[in-house]
Order: sequence, then C-alpha cells, then structure tokens
Amino acid sequence: MAGVTLDTVRKIYTGNVEAVKGVSLGIEDGSFCVLVGPSGCGKSTLLRMIAGLETISDGEVKIGDRVVNQVEPADRDIAMVFQNYALYPHMSVYDNMAYGLKNRGTPKDEIEKRVKEAARILAIESFLTRKPRQLSGGQRQRVAMGRAIVRKPQVFLFDEPLSNLDAKLRVQMRVEIKRLQRALGVTSIYVTHDQVEAMTLSDKLVVMSGGQIEQVGTPSDVYRRPETRFVATFIGSPPMNILPGKVEGPGRVSVGGQVIGVADMRDGLTPGSAIEVGLRPEDVQAGGAGSSSLSMDVDFVEELGATQLFHGKVSGAEFVVQASTGQIPADTRKLTLAVDPANVHLFDPQTTKRLGKV
Amino acid sequence: MEKRAHFSGWTLPLLLIVPQMAITVIFFYWPASQAIWQSFLREDAFGLSSEFVGFENYVSLFEQPEYYRAMVTTAIFSSLVAFFSLACALLLATQADKNLRGGHAFKTLLIWPYAVAPAIAGVLWIFMFHPTLGTLSRPIKAVGLDWNPMLNGNHAMTLLVLSATWKQISYNFLFFLAGLQAIPKSVIEAAAIDGAGPLRRFWTVIFPLLSPTTFFLLVVNIVYVFFDTFGIIDAVTGGGPAGTTTTLVYKVYADGRLGGDLGGSAAQSVILMIIVIALTAIQFRYVERKVQY
Amino acid sequence: MVENRPFTQFMAYLTLALGIVIVVFPVYLAIMASTFDAATIINGNMPLTPGDQAGENYSRALFYGGVHAREPVGGMMLNSMIMALGIAIGKILISILSAYAVVYFKFPFRKTAFWIIFITLMLPVEVRIYPTYKIVADLGLLDTYTGLIMPLIASATGTLLFRQFFMTIPDELLEASKIDGAGAFRFFKDTLLPLSMTTIAALFVIQFIYGWNQYLWPLLITTKSSMQTIVIGIKKMITTTDALTEWQIAMTTAVLAMLPPVLVVIFMQRLFVKGLVETEK
Repeated sequence: MAGVTLDTVRKIYTGNVEAVKGVSLGIEDGSFCVLVGPSGCGKSTLLRMIAGLETISDGEVKIGDRVVNQVEPADRDIAMVFQNYALYPHMSVYDNMAYGLKNRGTPKDEIEKRVKEAARILAIESFLTRKPRQLSGGQRQRVAMGRAIVRKPQVFLFDEPLSNLDAKLRVQMRVEIKRLQRALGVTSIYVTHDQVEAMTLSDKLVVMSGGQIEQVGTPSDVYRRPETRFVATFIGSPPMNILPGKVEGPGRVSVGGQVIGVADMRDGLTPGSAIEVGLRPEDVQAGGAGSSSLSMDVDFVEELGATQLFHGKVSGAEFVVQASTGQIPADTRKLTLAVDPANVHLFDPQTTKRLGKV
Repeated sequence: MEKRAHFSGWTLPLLLIVPQMAITVIFFYWPASQAIWQSFLREDAFGLSSEFVGFENYVSLFEQPEYYRAMVTTAIFSSLVAFFSLACALLLATQADKNLRGGHAFKTLLIWPYAVAPAIAGVLWIFMFHPTLGTLSRPIKAVGLDWNPMLNGNHAMTLLVLSATWKQISYNFLFFLAGLQAIPKSVIEAAAIDGAGPLRRFWTVIFPLLSPTTFFLLVVNIVYVFFDTFGIIDAVTGGGPAGTTTTLVYKVYADGRLGGDLGGSAAQSVILMIIVIALTAIQFRYVERKVQY
Repeated sequence: MVENRPFTQFMAYLTLALGIVIVVFPVYLAIMASTFDAATIINGNMPLTPGDQAGENYSRALFYGGVHAREPVGGMMLNSMIMALGIAIGKILISILSAYAVVYFKFPFRKTAFWIIFITLMLPVEVRIYPTYKIVADLGLLDTYTGLIMPLIASATGTLLFRQFFMTIPDELLEASKIDGAGAFRFFKDTLLPLSMTTIAALFVIQFIYGWNQYLWPLLITTKSSMQTIVIGIKKMITTTDALTEWQIAMTTAVLAMLPPVLVVIFMQRLFVKGLVETEK
C-alpha cells in the first residue's frame, strides 16, 4: 500500500481555463481523505488526474514513491468507484468484477477466489449471475465497490459514489464504506459535495473552492477552526452566521454597538476597523445576559424535531439560532444570546481569512 | 458533442478509418468531381479530345424544351406523391393511434410495403391497371373512360403517382404514428376540457404539434420521389409515352444511355446535386431549430 | 383518448381496414396471378380466387425462367442475396470501425475525416451514376459482385448511426475499462461491440432491404444475364412486346422478389422500426 503526494498540480483546459490551480497535498498511507467543495471547485478533476483519466498540465502526482504523471490508469495500481457506477451493462456481476483481473492475466482460480471473497464481504453473493440492470441502486453500488476491492489496489478513488442513492441508503452505505476502508486499510480518496459525508468519512478533510485548497485538516479541526469564511460557511449545517462588526480592542469586538469577547483574536488589530464576526447557530445560548451577549429579533421558528431553528435578525443582519426543542418558548419575539468568547470566529472582510492568534 | 475520454495514438484510428475513406473517395468524391469537371467540357464527335467550354453545357441544357418539361414533370410528380402519401398516412396514423384492439397487427399490415422494391411496386400496379388484362382496368373502361397508360400521358402519370404513393404510405405512417404517440395525452385532455371536439382538437392542437414531423417527412418524400422512384418509372412507363413521365433523374439516365453528350449529362448531374444539397440543407436547418426548442 | 364512443371506434376500424385492403390488394393480385396459366390472365378475366398452376409456375420460374429471358429466378435470387448481404455487412463493418475511430480517438484531421464521410449523406448514387459507372468499368468490376456492392457501401448513414449510439455510452464506461486494463482493442471487443448489437441488427435490417431493392445500379453494371438481380430480372420479363409477356411467370417472380425483404420487416419489426427511425435522424 502507498500514500499519495500531490506537488503543485495544475489542470489547464484549452482556452486557458484553469480548473485546478496548483494544489499540493500529502495523503498518508492507509488514511481516508475526503475532497469536498461546491460543484466546479476542481475536486473531481483532481481525483481524475490521480486516476490518470485527465492529463496533468503541470506539477507532479506520486503514488508511493513513483511519479505517475505519464503512467496509464491501468498501471497506476488504483481502483475507482464512479458516480454512475459505470458497470458494464452486458456483463454479469461476476464478470464485472472479474474483468480487470482477466485483463491482467490473473489465473482463473485466483480470480474466482477474489471475486467470491469480495462478494462475501459486500453481501452480494446471490447476485453474481445477474446483469446490472436487474439490480437495485444500492446493489449496483456494492458491485462497483466489489470491482474495486478484487483488484487489491494501492489506492481507492471514489467519485461521489453515493449521490445517486436515496437519502436512507446513502447513510447506510456511508457507514459501510467507512467500515470497509478500516478493515482493508487501503488509502482512499473520496470526492463529494456533501459536507455531512465529508465530515463523517474523513481522517483528513480537504475543503476546495475555485480550483484551490481552502483548508486541510481533521474534520474537527476544520469545524472548530475554519481558516476562511468560505470554509466556515461551507462546513456545518445550518451554516455559520456572519455579522458585520468592529474591532473594539484586544479580545473585544462589537456588532451594532453590542460588545462581545473573543478568545482567538489576532494581536494588533486597529480599534474601529471593520471585521466579520462568525457564530455557529449551535454555539450561542439563549437567555442569561452576561458581559458578552447579543440581542436578536425573532421572525419565525422552524421545527426539526429534536431541535428548533430560530430565524431573525441581529442588528439588522440575518441570524439563525439552533436550540434543543422546549429550551426556548416558541412564541418568543426577542432573544438575548450569551456568547462564549471561545466560540467567536473573526474574518478579514477583504481577504476573508481568519483573524485568529498567529 | 465530444467524448471526454479518448484513446491516444494516431496509427490505430487512421487504420480504422481507411476502409471507409478509400471507398468514399474512390466511389464518391472521384466520380462526383468527374461529373463537375466534365460538365465544363465538350467532347468532339469521336470522343477523342475535349475542350473547356465554361458554362456552355448548362446554357444549352436550359435551351432544351425537354429539360423544362422534365422539371415540370418532376415538380408535379413530387407534389402529388408527397401530398397524397402524407395525407393518407396521417389519416391512417390518427386512426391507429386510438388504442384499438389489435393495434399492433394493423401496424404490421400497414408497414410492410416499405420492403417492396420500387420497381416491383411498379410491376404490381401496371399488372393491376394494364389496359387489356388489368383487373381494375375493366371497371374503369366500363365507366366509359378509354384507360390506357401505355398511350396516354396523363393516365401514365396517374399510374405512377398511385404506385409511388402506395409504396411511401408505410414510411410516412410509421413516422406519423411515432409523432402522434409522442404528443402528451394531457395536452389533448386539456383541449377536451376546454371544449374542443375531436375534429377541432385535431386541427388546433394535434396537427400543429405534429408539424415538425410533417415538415421532416415532406423533405424526405421529395427526395424519395426524386430518386427512389426511378425504379417505378423505368418499370411502369420507361419515361413515356412520348417523354411525358420523364423526370430529371430519369433524363440523366436516359440521355446517358443514348451516349454521346457527356458534358450535357454531367451538367444535369451537377444540377441534381445542387438540388439535393439544397434540400438537405433545409432539412438540417429544421433539425437545428427543433433542437433549440 | 378522451372520448371512446362506439361510433368513432367503428370508423377507425373501417378506415384502417380500408387502408389495409388498398395496401394488400396489389400484392394479393400478384399472388393470385402466380397461380394461373398464361391464357387465363391474358383474356383479362382472371378470377380473384387461387388457381391450380402455382406449383408449375413457381418451379418453372425458380429453375428455368421466362421463355424469352431464359434465366432461372433461383440464380437471380442468389445474386440479390449476395448483393444485399454484401452491402449490409460491408456497410456495418466499415462504418462501425470509422465511427469508433472518430468518436474514441483524437487524431489529426479527425474533424475533416468526419465531414468527408458526412457529406456523402447528401448525394445518392443516382446523381453521380455515369462517372461512377466509368470508374467501376475502368477497375474491371463490371459484372462482378464487388462492382455491385462496393459503390453502394460508400455512404455516411452507418457511420452517423454508430456515432450517435456511441455518444450515448457514458464516458465512465471507457474510463472504467481503462482502469481495468483494457486497451483500444479490448474495449471494442469486450464492451463496445456487445453493447452495439441491437444497433448493428437494426442497421442490418435496413441495409438488407436497401440492398435487395437496388435497381438503377445493377441495371447499369450487369450485362451478363447470369449476374442479374431479381429486381432487374422481373423488369426484363415484362418489357418485351405485350403479347409475349408471360404474366404468370412475371408475377410469380414478383412474389419471390418481395418475399425476403417483406419477411424481414414482418419478423424483425422492432429492429426494422428502430433502424428506420434512427437512420433518418
């Protein structure tokens, strides 16, 4: 098995469209790395360059110690699961899984052993003679995974493999993929636009936007300490509230005249300069006025069952608060929100970068 | 449209495309360019030498009254066949679209004439309407009409139109039926709720929605009458009596068969090519428009 | 339909029945004529029920031919069959290969090559008939099967049809094959060809009918009667002076000439419709 290393990888399409703008990334052997971002952020292109399905315009891709820029996909020792599964419609499930091994001249009994083994792991043994069109979406998904497993590759590549499934099945398969990866210990790179999938699956989370990496880290790092406003609003649901504010002094900012404390704040910011204040809906406490609090006008309440979302305005800016059901009376029109200084994120309005301690 | 994924390498694709290219160049581009080149040449009486004469062959072609007559014949023949075969096919298709029991059998029984060779179709019809032994000539004569397609140009043309229409109905029927089945039932139901009776529904809703199919078929039918009916004409009338059923395509064949005027025959071919290219261009413009809908 | 009154139903059946009668009648008449002797037909009072000469007429037509154009129709049918199969198979072969090249490879002049093929759509053999004849003559291919078949293979229909079909195959299938270690040859053999089977069959049906029914081209390039196709042969039977035409043999031959393509349409209707609709797009 092997890790994957990207060194200032670029993809420039004809017409000078730069889809991937110099990405460097190290993925450790055996880890699960998720590339997440909105559509068009270059995550799929990056994955396809690792697979060898797209040429690399500039930079270097290494699998293990080998530079694979010029290596054919078949020789990179990778396996890929596609969004639409790309099963061969005219071949049986067995042949779909065996095809890659046959092409490599694997002995027949070895092929049979591996296919049976993969089928057992994925619980698709009873479908081996069927054609893909006779299978349900979830079963096709398993066959696509089986096709990857039998090859025993160095790296698994997943290109939004769950987005064609319904919500319930998606959650179930997500867990299975994670379990499988743990069991096999194969380095995996997974592309998705779904931040929940990204958070739950990854050891290493890579948030991308506009062909560049916004932030790399463990899921909790990325959630706890977003490096840019983009990451802050992309990861987490409902998204982080961003309020326009002003620097008051060290460890203090104000929003519409209401002053709150900040734990993680860059030194030497000029008092009076504009700043963006980020607060997660789940990080503010209703009631209990203190030294650090904001007042909010409530417009309406969304019921989610276990929790409630209070929509309204803080100093004229849209604001959402998430609270356990019953914690706040539903007919409340005005809220006082206690803000823990440890939960306040600051961003530069120009560069959108985090203004935390260096 | 382009594929995202490709194979690399030049040699293999070039090898793959060579057979088609070779056949296309040898049997298509070479003869077509020969025709164009020859249309500007005149051979001497013994075919020993030829000289470049510019558009003279074209000019003399348009001075022939026979050429105009062939043009008029072609126009009449095309419009009659196109009209009748489209009208009959549309009538049959609307009836077959009514969810009848045995609908599939009706369809099968109506489409097979497509498989009959034009020349054979001509033979069948001339047998039916033969002046002395035709089964259907007797009733016509009984009415007092001196039916004889062998001598009377109008009768000959009637017979040609009938057999050409007969053969083309199946094709039009198939496309009309497909077109009708593609119209959402809800639209027709909405029209019914709006108080439109069956006939009114047909003319105000179904027919307009069917117009892309109709237009497509119109062009296809004209091309069909131009070229595919050659076999019918040759079998039924041989261009006669007295040239009354000689179409443009038949004239190219007949003039060439007599030999001699190679330049004139080539000029006729070139004019035909221009007509077909124009028709195809119209069709493509229509296809593009359909895509934009 | 919205209304389904018995009357409209009845009218629909009536119209269709009438249409079918018109469509069937000429062929019915031919079949009847193939069961009578010459005299019954010539006197112009042929009955509309079958006669007893069918065996005689069919065996004479198949193995002997007409009195004047003495050429067994069996041989003509063989010629027609060879030509139709040659055109159908030849077209499928060269067009699937060229479509594969145009769709799945990037090579210099790819677009040019496509257009060179594409333009041939516009010009049927009829408009370039004599120059083509001359080339075939110069190549010494008159009165040969090659001469009958080759020029009619040169058309874009097949290439366009396969191209259109290949474009509907998801790109991921090729990508998956690449990762599975299949090269250009394996991808074609293992994936593309099996998936194209219906398209191939549909094209075959259409091209078989097209080939079998060819008229002008075989008329020009076959001079030996042993090379005649059945469609040409039947025409020759009826062009002799009226009194000498053996109508019973001519109509027998007509029935024989219609049989193969009509059977193909009836028994492979689904493929036929698919082929017809898709080659015209």
